[in-house]
Amino acid sequence: MCLGIPGEVVALGDRPGMATVEVGGVRRPVNVMLVEQEGVEPGDWVLIHVGFALARIDEEEARLTLDHLEKMGQAYQDELRALAASRAG
Amino acid sequence: MSEPTEREVLERVDRVRRRRPRVTDERITLSHGSGGKATHALVEALFVEAFRNPILEPLEDQAVFEVGQARLAFTTDSFVVSPLFFPGGDIGELAVNGTVNDLAVSGARPLYLSAGLILEEGFPVADLRRIVASMAAAAERAGVQVVTGDTKVVERGKADSCFINTAGIGVLERDVRLSVSAACPGDAVIVSGPVGDHGITIMLARGELGISSDLRSDTAPLTDLVGLVLEAAPQTRFIRDATRGGVATICNELAQASQVAVVLDERAIPVRPEVRGAAEILGIDPLYVACEGRFVAAVPGERAEAVVAALRGHPQGQGAAVIGHVAAEPPGLVLVDTAFGGTRILDMLVGDPLPRIC
Amino acid sequence: MRDRPAPPDAPTPATEGGPVAVTSAMRFVDEFRDRDTARAVAARIAELCEPGRRYGFMEICGGHTHTIYKHGIEDLLPEAVDLVHGPGCPVCVIPMGRVDDAIWIAEQEGVILTSFGDLLRVPGSRGSFLEAKARGCDIRMVYSPLDSLRIARENPDRRVVFMAIGFETTAPSTAVTVLRAAAEGISNFSVLCNHVSIIPALRAILAASDLRVDGFIGPGHVSTVIGCEPYRFIAERHGRPFVVAGFEPLDILQSIQMLLLQLHEGRSEVENQYTRVVSWEGNRKAVRAIEEVMEPRATFEWRGLGWIPDSALQLRKEYAAFDAERAWEVPAARVADPRACQCGEVLRGVIKPWQCRVFGTACTPEAPIGTCMVSSEGACAAYYNFGRFSRPRAAAARRG
Repeated sequence: MCLGIPGEVVALGDRPGMATVEVGGVRRPVNVMLVEQEGVEPGDWVLIHVGFALARIDEEEARLTLDHLEKMGQAYQDELRALAASRAG
Repeated sequence: MSEPTEREVLERVDRVRRRRPRVTDERITLSHGSGGKATHALVEALFVEAFRNPILEPLEDQAVFEVGQARLAFTTDSFVVSPLFFPGGDIGELAVNGTVNDLAVSGARPLYLSAGLILEEGFPVADLRRIVASMAAAAERAGVQVVTGDTKVVERGKADSCFINTAGIGVLERDVRLSVSAACPGDAVIVSGPVGDHGITIMLARGELGISSDLRSDTAPLTDLVGLVLEAAPQTRFIRDATRGGVATICNELAQASQVAVVLDERAIPVRPEVRGAAEILGIDPLYVACEGRFVAAVPGERAEAVVAALRGHPQGQGAAVIGHVAAEPPGLVLVDTAFGGTRILDMLVGDPLPRIC
Repeated sequence: MRDRPAPPDAPTPATEGGPVAVTSAMRFVDEFRDRDTARAVAARIAELCEPGRRYGFMEICGGHTHTIYKHGIEDLLPEAVDLVHGPGCPVCVIPMGRVDDAIWIAEQEGVILTSFGDLLRVPGSRGSFLEAKARGCDIRMVYSPLDSLRIARENPDRRVVFMAIGFETTAPSTAVTVLRAAAEGISNFSVLCNHVSIIPALRAILAASDLRVDGFIGPGHVSTVIGCEPYRFIAERHGRPFVVAGFEPLDILQSIQMLLLQLHEGRSEVENQYTRVVSWEGNRKAVRAIEEVMEPRATFEWRGLGWIPDSALQLRKEYAAFDAERAWEVPAARVADPRACQCGEVLRGVIKPWQCRVFGTACTPEAPIGTCMVSSEGACAAYYNFGRFSRPRAAAARRG
């Protein structure tokens, strides 16, 4: 149900609805009919599951999520430093 | 009676795990050949039971015994790989290197091999020539000679093209006593290169999964590398080449036989990107995937750096790394410190690692 | 002395003797596994826990169970937070009778049965697919239903059957495969359809009186298809926060943090943590593919949950030519779970794997009684294979 892996489209297939997707240096033909309405191109990232692309990966949203997480991390580091400084002082 | 606590349940599970294995299956399944729990149960409950003798019982990858003044190592291995020809090698090369390596990891100098071939009626002679040429080349590279052999032909359908069995003899000139039960807390666990190359190459070469890559099998003779380890660390405890069942299986065998814990650092395990990519797609863990030219060694902790440096100085040992250490507790378990900061167990697989969708 | 990981762009020839990248950065994966960020989020989680209160969150999806154990995520959570496993393991919920039906079909003349790897060791009442293969049935593992179709094309004299399993994540793939088969006029391919729907299962879970769960970690990949809207009744009518979560460790941690924040602020909403892949509307094309080829069954038996109406899919009669259940009169026997098996209670989150009376003794991965132990994402298998030991827990046990 759940094993979906991000992969990069590296080529469009010779048959309509197919594309070659690369994950960490290995390639597999993937059926992109379920995401094709948005127009799939080399360089796009998709979520693959049992040989089908189920969704496009929104790189902007990924960035936002990571930023949010990193800010949490930064705030935590700041607090730790403040705590250490207040102990030292 | 009150409900047991989690700890009591886990202790009960541990006791069950330590019981003598029995084989209750009516038929052999592919799990029995995968190198995991089913294989171990079969070997212990069926073969060891029947053949009972002190040379067999340690269940090392080779038998070591004395004849006159000489200490000899003796081993056998059978090769049934499909496809016969794959990127990086073929069944012939595997057949030579596999047996050479089983000898080499005991510290022996591999000397002589036998080769028994079982051929299917209709098998192309051209393919046979290729395989035999590979075997000759591999033998020369490994410094061994094929001195005796046998050939059988069976009817079409009774064997998958070509099966090869090789047996090998080597001599132990060094005063080493490597053993799977010799690991001590504080030892470092070292792997001689990136894991999973061979198994993933074969899985992809079968073509059913539709995945393509530039991966090649890592089949190679390990004699030189073993020599480097033993020079850098004369007190090396144990070396075993990682074949079916992968690095995870060897670590489990070590943990159980030595009654120690093996703790691996996930971030330190060398894996080629292509192996990782294929494994992620299929939902397989590279630690369980077969290699054919890699070994795992347990060496005294203070010699770890020297051993890795020695290995990396050799073209075959480029990716060598310390991947973990041996601890006293909990005995018999392999743990992984995950990249994420948690802990998990790395148990022995039941059967082959199967791709999953979930 | 540990090597520093090579930079992600370092050349990595895949031949022996070349330089090796020890770790390659897998995009959209590794960034979500960062351990320093993990500690920060874990700290936030701890802060949001009210003193003296315990929280139970159900992670519905088997993929989440697997990730949680594989990365040791529970080691980073405060003791107050308990993760409860749910029924979102499509292998675990298949009753034994359906496995038997598939094997019965495999035993028929000329049949090639194709299946995902997950199912090969699941026990029916007369053994698993792997054991049936050992007896001589032609059973082959496939990665994709399209591979099964290819086998049908390449073997026109054989009848190829695909054992279709999965929630709404996988159903569109089966549907598109059937549509392709129809378009190409392939007559020797059929599907034994065991697709199930997540919402009816969630309703059944919420209706059960023994459930004690404060919120839900929602199935990220199912949601790429069905979107987030279908879960609203859980937040609105049942007052439980629901966060649709991704599958990397940081996704799960962030989702737990979002659930705790909702509880802290007295909210009960559906939120989407997995925004890089899940949209609120879901994938309408995928949903249309399912609706074109399949329709709900009146009722379907779920292991552990009993009969649930409208909870599973079958092929529409327009596609009867591809329906294995119409091609053969399968036995369709109702096989009761072995008496010792408590998979049902595990799937409903009522007991933990180790609380099952046969866990690790009569039921082990090598000799499983129930599907929770044999499926790689089943809670029992995950706990047995990965989670049986935890140093923080062991340390706590030694202290306490």
